[in-house]
Amino acid sequence: MYSSKEHGFFSISGNLATQYVQAVGWAMASAIKGDTRIAAGWIGDGSTAESDFHAALVFASTYKAPVVLNVVNNQWAISTFQGIARGGSGTFAARGLGFGIPSLRVDGNDYPAVHAVAKWAVERARRNLGPTLIEHVTYRAGAHSTSDDPSAYRPKAESDAWPLGDPVIRLKNHLIHRGVWSDERHAQAEAEILDTVISAQKEAEAHGTLHSGNKPSMRDMFEGVYETMPPHLRRQRQQAGV
Amino acid sequence: MPRKTMIEAIRDAMDVSMARDDNVVVYGEDVGFFGGVFRCTQGLQAKYGKNRCFDAPINESGIVGTAIGMAAYGLRPCVEVQFADYVYPAYDQIVSEAARLRYRSNGDFTCPIVVRMPTGGGIFGGQTHSQSPEALFTHVSGLKVVVPSNPHDAKGLLIAAIEDPDPVIFLEPKRLYNGPFDGHHERPVTPWSKHELGEVPDGHFVTPLGKAAVRRPGAAVTVLAYGTMVYVAEAAAEETGIDAEIIDLRTLLPLDFDTIVASVKKTGRCVVVHEATLTSGFGAELSALVQESCFYHLEAPVKRVTGWDTPYPHAQEWDYFPGPARVGRALIETMEA
Repeated sequence: MYSSKEHGFFSISGNLATQYVQAVGWAMASAIKGDTRIAAGWIGDGSTAESDFHAALVFASTYKAPVVLNVVNNQWAISTFQGIARGGSGTFAARGLGFGIPSLRVDGNDYPAVHAVAKWAVERARRNLGPTLIEHVTYRAGAHSTSDDPSAYRPKAESDAWPLGDPVIRLKNHLIHRGVWSDERHAQAEAEILDTVISAQKEAEAHGTLHSGNKPSMRDMFEGVYETMPPHLRRQRQQAGV
Repeated sequence: MPRKTMIEAIRDAMDVSMARDDNVVVYGEDVGFFGGVFRCTQGLQAKYGKNRCFDAPINESGIVGTAIGMAAYGLRPCVEVQFADYVYPAYDQIVSEAARLRYRSNGDFTCPIVVRMPTGGGIFGGQTHSQSPEALFTHVSGLKVVVPSNPHDAKGLLIAAIEDPDPVIFLEPKRLYNGPFDGHHERPVTPWSKHELGEVPDGHFVTPLGKAAVRRPGAAVTVLAYGTMVYVAEAAAEETGIDAEIIDLRTLLPLDFDTIVASVKKTGRCVVVHEATLTSGFGAELSALVQESCFYHLEAPVKRVTGWDTPYPHAQEWDYFPGPARVGRALIETMEA
């Protein structure tokens, strides 16, 4: 999995909601040490049903942790509509209010609005005023994963009918309207970004892929389970013949 | 040398660690102001402040989950789960997160946390205050699992666990908190002040993880035990007159393989004892290891004496608990086999 401690980017896990609590713990540690750094965590609408979402909110609330807790409400948790996780609560933002956490609901496809809300929440955390919950209302236009087929559970045209639009197009139109951007500059920026992504992909693949080979060795599999390899793992590595 | 109860020794280990390293923090349910239901953290909040020793909401997943976040930041949290029976809500955090963080991030982030919890029976705690869930943790790569059996080791092992760079599950046999217990529940409790292993050095020392201790040298049969069962095995050896060699494993993961194998090769017989249920218990692992490594030295099948495969009962606690009579019978049968 990918992470970058240098950039403050934590290692992502496939277990849902577990890391929401960890973000709160990281923020608590920062406060304990008198540090000014803050934490931010993201969770999907579906995962707010996990117990760890509620654990994160109670710990954030009790210790006034300097953390920004984001809920990305993209309407669909694989095949289930967000109402399955939300239940009788009017909004996901309302979940925070029960914990006494200031909570905001923002058009997640409106870049300046998201920026303004995030800035406010970050400022609150930096001033040690405690956590903020932000519900970002958006829409998952694509499939959940490569094995997912959204046409099996929602109308094919639903994403076209989504009223809040594409966030990139909206930002582009907003900037052009303000006279600080143009279609030509946009096309150029898109080409540059695509180029950056493709070069990054090429660089990453140069280290090896599952298909091209150049995989890490079998011997490496036994490394990094513990800081120092215990005797039973050394024996198993020997048994494996590496 | 001063004698301490296991509770005092555990508290001393946290005190010493907190004094040596500002990054050590201690929290859990009732842990702060009150000092924990077994009083293991008594006085630590008064001494180190509410920032370093505090009460947590009743949410085990939240306690362990925040500890993982704190460890990623650079702290060394030593958290308490009030009873091992209550650790299950935190299992996902322990198994999927704490145990795998180093591996998943290729060492970018690590998780030097200790999760302490009282374990085992013998206190009329019934099914939700008596369980021994060690095998749920020994089955998880990336964890270390420790079970001390006396105040001296409890202090040394806990300091080692707090200083360890990887996550440690620290199971404290609660029936041993105030004195050794050999399963003779009808007899008065012997306090640690009357036992030589109640002697605990002051200040900093470590008992290394992964090293077993031979509690009673013997030539006839090896008994593999940990926690409370060490004293039950001692009583059984005494009462049957069998010259058993009793090994206190102290750390279940990583296991002191060499000490176990050397002893079984010497005695040619092995009995494994634990309080936890039989099926898929840690005894199955020990028994398999002994069979794989000592088969041609064995003169009898490896025998297991454990709790029965039932929920931990309340009224029938002493029918469930593998006491000295059952362990003694197993020793005799193994000698006669």
